[in-house]
Amino acid sequence: MDYEAIGLKAGLEIHQQLDTEEKLFCHCPTVLRDIKERNSEFHRFLRATVSELGEMDRAAEEEMMAQRRFTYYAYDTTCLVEDDEEPPAPLNNEALEIALTIAKLFGMTPVEEVHTMRKLVIDGSNTTGFQRTALVALHGRLPGGCRLDSICLEEEAAQRVDDRTFSLDRLGIPLVEISTAPCLRTPEEVQEVAEYIGMVLRSTGRVKRGIGTIRQDINISIRGGARVEIKGVQELDLIADAVKGEVKRQLALLAIKDELLSRRAAVMEEFRDVTPLFSETGSKILKKAPCILAVFLQEFGGLVGREIQPGRRLGSELADYAKKCGVGGIFHTDELPAYGISEGEISRLRVELRASEGDCIVLVAGERERAECAARQVMKRAKLALVGIPEETRRMLGEGESTAYLRPLPGAARMYPETDVFPVRLTPPEWEAIEVPELLSVRAERFVRDLGLDPAVARQIAYSDRIGLFEAAVSEGIRPSVAARTLASTLRELKRDGIKVDGIGDREILELFRMVESGRLAKEAIPSVLKSMAGGKSLEDAIQEVAPPMTEEGLEALIDRIVRERESFVRERGRRALGPLMGVVMAEARGRVDGKVIASMLGRAIDRITGGDERRLNTEGKRIDENA
Amino acid sequence: MMRALSGSRVRCRVGDQDLEGVYITEREGRAVVKLSSGYNIGIDIARLEVIGPSPETVLPLARIEQDPDLPECSIISTGGTIASRIDYRTGAVTSQFSAEDILRAIPELTSIARYNAIQVSTILSENMNIAIWQRLAHAIHDEIERGVRGVIVMHGTDTMAFTASAISFMVPAPVPIVFVGAQRSADRPSSDSAMNAICSAVAAVSGLGEVSVVMHDTTSDDRCAIHRATRVRKMHTSRRDAFQSIGIPPLGYVEYPSLKMTLSSGVVRRGERALSLQTEMEPRCALLLFAPGMPPDILEGYHGMKGLVISGTGLGHVGSDWVPVIRELIDGGTHVVMTSQCLHGRVCDRVYDTGRDLLAAGVIEGEDLLPEVALVKLSWILGREEGPEEVSRLMQQSLRGEICRRSIHGL
Ligand SMILES: [Zn+2]
Repeated sequence: MDYEAIGLKAGLEIHQQLDTEEKLFCHCPTVLRDIKERNSEFHRFLRATVSELGEMDRAAEEEMMAQRRFTYYAYDTTCLVEDDEEPPAPLNNEALEIALTIAKLFGMTPVEEVHTMRKLVIDGSNTTGFQRTALVALHGRLPGGCRLDSICLEEEAAQRVDDRTFSLDRLGIPLVEISTAPCLRTPEEVQEVAEYIGMVLRSTGRVKRGIGTIRQDINISIRGGARVEIKGVQELDLIADAVKGEVKRQLALLAIKDELLSRRAAVMEEFRDVTPLFSETGSKILKKAPCILAVFLQEFGGLVGREIQPGRRLGSELADYAKKCGVGGIFHTDELPAYGISEGEISRLRVELRASEGDCIVLVAGERERAECAARQVMKRAKLALVGIPEETRRMLGEGESTAYLRPLPGAARMYPETDVFPVRLTPPEWEAIEVPELLSVRAERFVRDLGLDPAVARQIAYSDRIGLFEAAVSEGIRPSVAARTLASTLRELKRDGIKVDGIGDREILELFRMVESGRLAKEAIPSVLKSMAGGKSLEDAIQEVAPPMTEEGLEALIDRIVRERESFVRERGRRALGPLMGVVMAEARGRVDGKVIASMLGRAIDRITGGDERRLNTEGKRIDENA
Repeated sequence: MMRALSGSRVRCRVGDQDLEGVYITEREGRAVVKLSSGYNIGIDIARLEVIGPSPETVLPLARIEQDPDLPECSIISTGGTIASRIDYRTGAVTSQFSAEDILRAIPELTSIARYNAIQVSTILSENMNIAIWQRLAHAIHDEIERGVRGVIVMHGTDTMAFTASAISFMVPAPVPIVFVGAQRSADRPSSDSAMNAICSAVAAVSGLGEVSVVMHDTTSDDRCAIHRATRVRKMHTSRRDAFQSIGIPPLGYVEYPSLKMTLSSGVVRRGERALSLQTEMEPRCALLLFAPGMPPDILEGYHGMKGLVISGTGLGHVGSDWVPVIRELIDGGTHVVMTSQCLHGRVCDRVYDTGRDLLAAGVIEGEDLLPEVALVKLSWILGREEGPEEVSRLMQQSLRGEICRRSIHGL
C-alpha cells in the first residue's frame, strides 16, 4: 500500500507507569493487589458537570446515557485519597523527577511551572470523575525527524474488574504520557518510534516493567478520513498491524460513503415498532424482547453487510453504537434470514416498511426505553456513514487488525485546574541538575565494544530486567560471557520451559556467579542450580543438591583411580605429572573441591607410587587433614 | 502592548517554539496560561504577547420547567456550594445560587418539589456568625409563614451543625427545615452534593417536623442519614459520611437512588410544633476546651463573658487549680456550663471531688449536651434569661431534643 498517496498521518501517545515508592497524589505504595485481598468495597455514581457553554463533553455525555452505579475495591494499601474522600497530597517529587529525566532524554523544554489539571473521565475508572494530569515539558526530538509534542505526568486509573467494578490498587500510580506529533507516515514507522520511545523510557531504570505497565494509543487518519484513536495497544508487535487495520477500515468506509451518496441513500427519521411481526419468530432474542424496533436505511442494502476489517462490517459499527444503550446487538437484513429469523418474517417486514431489496432494515430489541435508545444510536451512526468517518476512540479486538468502537473522541473542553494541588515551579538549576542516564541502545553498543559481547546478546542484556545485575557482576570481575550467557539465554530458556525464574533475586544470582568464578561450581551447573532455586531452594541448598561437595574418601578414591590408570606416566614423570593430572582430576571433581586440596592430595598419591618424600608436600599445599 | 485580561488570547515562547493559549490569571508574578491542549502552565508574565481580545462567550442555558402541581419548598443558601459551573475556557469554577442554576445542575430535584431560592449570604462557613443566623432565621420563618412545605438550607459543612442547632432554638416550626452541604466539591463528577441535595428535598417534603442535617450515611452513594440538628456533629475532616448522630440513632434515612424514606419512631412529626421566632442571642459566650496543665489564669480572659461552656475531661472535670477561678467567674456573673470532651456520654460531677467542688462553685452540669450545642443553647437562653436558676433549669431541660433523658446502650 502506498501510504503517502492516501495521506496517512499517525501519532502515538505512550503511557508508561513509573516505578516510584509512593503514588502521585498520596503516600500509598505503588503495588498491585489480588482482588481477593480487598478489605472493603463501596459504591458511587458519577455525574457529568456541565461546562459554561452549557455543553457536556460528548464522551462524558455518552457515558451519562445510562446512570451507572460503580463498585470500588479498596485494600490496606489504598487510602482515602483513592476513595476520593480526602484531598490529594502534593505532587510526588520522585515522579516529577523521573518525568523530567525522560523529558531531558528527549531534548524537551520543561515548563516554568507545572500546573495539575483535572481531565474529565466519568467511565468510573477514576473515583473523582477526573484524572489528574500535569504538563511537564514540551517539544522533543525523535530520530527520523518526527517530533514529540509533550510529556505529561498523570495518575493511573483504577483497574477495571468488570463492567462496573474497579480495583483501587492501580489508581494513582504515576505515569508519564508522551505524545508525538501526527508526523508518522507508515505503519512500520509508528511501530519503530514506539519501540524507540519504550527503549528511552526503560533507560531511566525507573519505570515499571511487565504486562500493562506500558500502553500505547495510536492516532490515525488518512486523507478524507477522520482522526481515530486506538486505545491501549499493549504489545509493540501489534502496532503496525493496528495501523494497517485502521487504514483498511477508513478506506472501506470512504468507499461505502461514496457508494451511498451515488445511490442517494438516506436514513429515515422515524423508527417503527414491529414487535407484532415477530410474535411467532424462531429467534429466541426477538421472542423474549418486549419491544422490537425497525430502523429503515434507504438504499443501504448490501453495504451494511460489507466487510470493512476482518470480521467487521458496517453493521458491526451500528451494533457498537446500539450497545451503548444496553442492548446485546442488532440484526440487519443484509445478514438475514438467519439466527432463527425466517424469510417470511423478512418479507413481511419489508412490506410493512415498504422497503425494497436495495434498502436495509435494522432491528433492535429489548425493553422499550433501551430499544428506542438503541434505534436512535443506529440512526446516528448510519447518518455518519453518509458523511464519512466519525472521530472515535476504538479498542483492539484480540491480536488481529480489527477494532471496535469505544466512545467518541473526547472534546478538548474537558480540563480545569486541580485547585487542591499547588503548582510546582521548575527552576533552571533544578533542570540542570537532572542527570541523564545512558540510553540502553548506547549501553548495548558499549557491551559490544568493551566486553566483546555479540551484538544480539548485548542488546538482550541491555534491555533486560537484569541489566543492573549484569553491570554489577562485570564490575566485580565476573567473566562477561558467563554473566551474559546466564542472563540472556539461560534465564530465558528456563522461563520458556515454565520455570519461575523471575522470583530469583539479583543478589542470589550474583552470589552464584561468585561461586562459579571461584571454582566452587562449574558454569555448566548454573541452569540446574537456577532451576532448583526457582523451586524455592536457597542458593546453598541448590548447590548442595546439584553439585554436592565431594567427601574426602570420594576424592581420595577418584585420585587413586586416576593415578593408577596412568601409572606408567606417573612413574615416568614423577612430581612433574602433577600439572597434567590436575586437569584430569579437576574435570571430574570440578567445582566441588578446592583446587589446592586436589593438588595436595594428588601430590601424595603420586608420591605413593614414586616413593617420593611426603614432607615436601607442605611447601606445595596444605595437607588435607589441616584443611578439613 | 495590550494588557492581558482573563480570557485574552496570548502567545508565548517555550524553548524554540511559539505556543498560543488563553490567559487565565496572574499568580505570584507568573501568568497562568491555558494552552490549546487544555493544559495550564505557569510562565513569566513578561514573556507573554497578547494577540487578541477575549472572545465573547454566550450562555445558551437550558430552560428549567418547574412542575406547578408539586409542593413548594424553599432553598435558602448561605454560601455552601451545592451547584457550581466550570468555565473550561478559563478553568474557573463558580458557585451557583439561583434556583434555575441549582435545578439545571441537579434536574432530579424538579420531580420532588418546586422551589423558591433565596440567598441570605455568600460566606465561607467558618465566617458564620450570630447576625447571619438571625437573618437566616427570619428568612426561614417568613417562608414557612408563606406556606412552603419545607425548607432546605444549603450550608458549608464546617459550621453546619452550629447553624442547624441555632436555627433549632430560634425557629420552632411545623415543617422540616433541612440543612444540607457537600464534603467533596460540587465541581467534581463524584461530588456528594447532588445526592445530598436530592435526599434533602425528599426530607423537606416528608412527614418530619424538626430541624435536621441530611448528608451521606456512608462513603457509598447508597443512602443519606437524617440527623437531628442538636445531636449531630462533623466527625471527619473530609469524608462524605462526616456527619454523625451522637447519642441517638439518626432520625431516618433516604435511600438512593430509590429515594425511599424511613423515619425512626422518636422523631417530631410535621405539624407537632407551632411556628414561632425567637432570634435573640447573647454574643458574649465562649467554648473552652480544657487540657491538662492549662494555667488557670487563662480564665481571666473570660471575665465579663455572659456564658462559658467548658469542654472538660471525662465525666466533666478540670484541674482542681481551676476551681477557685471558676468560682470567681460565676460570682462575677458568668454562667458556666460543663460538658465533656468525650462527646459520647453524660457529664456527672457528683462522682469525684473536683466535680463536687465545681458544682459547689455553681457550675451547671451540661447533661449529655454536645459542647457546641451547649454553647449555642446557652447563648440563646442568655438572649432572654438572666436568672441563674432559670438558666440552669433551661440548660438541663431538653428543648429541641438536644438532651437525651436516657443514655441508650448500643450507640
Ligand atoms: Zn492512597
